[in-house]
Amino acid sequence: MQMAKRRNRAAGNHAWIAYLFLLPWLIGFFGLVLGPMISSLYLSFTQYNLLQPPQWTGWSNYEGLLQDSNFRDAVQVTLTYVFISVPTQLIAALLVALLLNRGLRGLGIYRTVYYIPSLLGGSVAIALLWKNLFGMNGIVNDFLSFFGVEGRGWVTHPDYALYTLIILATWQFGASMVIFLAGLKQIPQELYEAAAVDGAGKFRQLRMISLPLLTPVIFFNLVIELIKTMQSFTSSYIVSEGTGGPINSTLFYTLYLYQRGFSYFEMGYASAMAWLLVLGLGAMTAVLFLTSRYWVHYEDGGKL
Amino acid sequence: MGMSMKWQKMLVHIFIIGVGIFMLYPVLWMVFSSFKPERLIFSEPGLWPREVTLENYFKGWHVVRDTTFGLFFKNSFMISAVCVIANLVTCSMAAYAFARMKFPLKKLWFACMLMTIMLPAHVTLVPQYSIFHSLGWIDTKLPLIVPKIFATDAFFIFLMVQFFRGIPRDLDESATIDGCGPIKIYMKIILPLAVPALITTSIFTFIWTWDDFFSQVLYLNTVQNFTVPLGLRLFLDSQGDSSWGAVFAMSILSLMPTATIFFIFQKYIVEGITTTGLKG
Repeated sequence: MQMAKRRNRAAGNHAWIAYLFLLPWLIGFFGLVLGPMISSLYLSFTQYNLLQPPQWTGWSNYEGLLQDSNFRDAVQVTLTYVFISVPTQLIAALLVALLLNRGLRGLGIYRTVYYIPSLLGGSVAIALLWKNLFGMNGIVNDFLSFFGVEGRGWVTHPDYALYTLIILATWQFGASMVIFLAGLKQIPQELYEAAAVDGAGKFRQLRMISLPLLTPVIFFNLVIELIKTMQSFTSSYIVSEGTGGPINSTLFYTLYLYQRGFSYFEMGYASAMAWLLVLGLGAMTAVLFLTSRYWVHYEDGGKL
Repeated sequence: MGMSMKWQKMLVHIFIIGVGIFMLYPVLWMVFSSFKPERLIFSEPGLWPREVTLENYFKGWHVVRDTTFGLFFKNSFMISAVCVIANLVTCSMAAYAFARMKFPLKKLWFACMLMTIMLPAHVTLVPQYSIFHSLGWIDTKLPLIVPKIFATDAFFIFLMVQFFRGIPRDLDESATIDGCGPIKIYMKIILPLAVPALITTSIFTFIWTWDDFFSQVLYLNTVQNFTVPLGLRLFLDSQGDSSWGAVFAMSILSLMPTATIFFIFQKYIVEGITTTGLKG
């Protein structure tokens, strides 16, 4: 035993030390990620309220979801939110990044200012501010009255409430913008010079050089934003005071999951929702990856 | 060139500044309103207060009987500080193993680690809650802290692996020749050289924990254990247009730690975002 150990050490075999370093993560991975994942898959086929042991009910949670009109609302609200706010956010980020990337003075300051909303926007404080801004007496109505638009309680109107949250998400385009700026910096200046010599105008340079070379960054931002936005919670919770109202108009998927799982303690149902979320996100990400070969331009030909 | 080019640049500056002010106006308005007497917040147009008062801060600070926002700040700071330390220690340990050591099944574990970065937390939520419930940890800080002690923020492991790989291997090798083992190399060479990555990890762990509303709403139930976001939520219950001044005052205070860190460590934040795609 002692001999073997000594021989291993002489050969530079530190495997057991490596596992020592890895130990906290391994415990976490099995105890808090992989174990719970498997367990929640099992729970999604049961009725479980935390106090009694789970009871196997087969597919009934999933069948229940198909007939649950609140669930349908939650899916619809969340997809609307994602499909509008992700593109608008990325387009705003890209436009401002292109504008800033012209050798302007004070780039650092502008970048900082535009990043501030991303830094603060996820907090309860800003969600509360939003609830006020778009309320009946909020300054948004003061602003609109300049243009003769009649004010209303935007956050309490079922047709508009979701759009106030979309605006809040779009407002936070700064982080994506910073990533776009970094991507633009990577593009060799010579390409633009060569194009200019060939007589290509600014717009053509943008279309033929900047945008194609930026597609990997656009793709990256798209995937990250999609995953993040699908799981939004705080803004809808605060603005709707935990209800997802008015009439489910701001009922985010995660908020509904929270309500079923932790207000009504229907934890089997919540687990089924969680698994559908993972599958849905996985499918959407897979589709993005599949389409990426048609529009994302990789310098190395895109080989993995 | 010349004049028209200059004018064009000028226009871009004006546009950028205009949009910037438009975007930050709501936050500025909140800051100024928090110093206005309640009755003037909605009646007085414009930012500059005609009358300055700290009344909103007093009212907000004592949002509920028997306790103050002071307690919420203390709770939030404690949770955030412990999470920062836990992430620094355990994520850097795992990252060191992945970046520098050879061991069986390394590829498998690395793939597992990468997979968990993108995994929505909801899929582990119910069983985790059930575990913490059976341990009697509901309504304590432990469910918020313990996962970090087990390096579940895989994202930071990845960030540190990337950074550690950039540290020249010659340093390790000469240390090995001098008789240093892996533990000494980790402590004496890798960690001191990885300070920028450690700072980035600290900043984002702090900000994310500070702002994290979902897990706090899930696990903390009694006012004594409330954090700042939960303290702010209390205003939802006791609302009416009469208390917005207090809401704004406490909201401003709640944003101060994040804002302060941002202005001190700006460089690390921007670099962190650009090199790894971290989001605020």
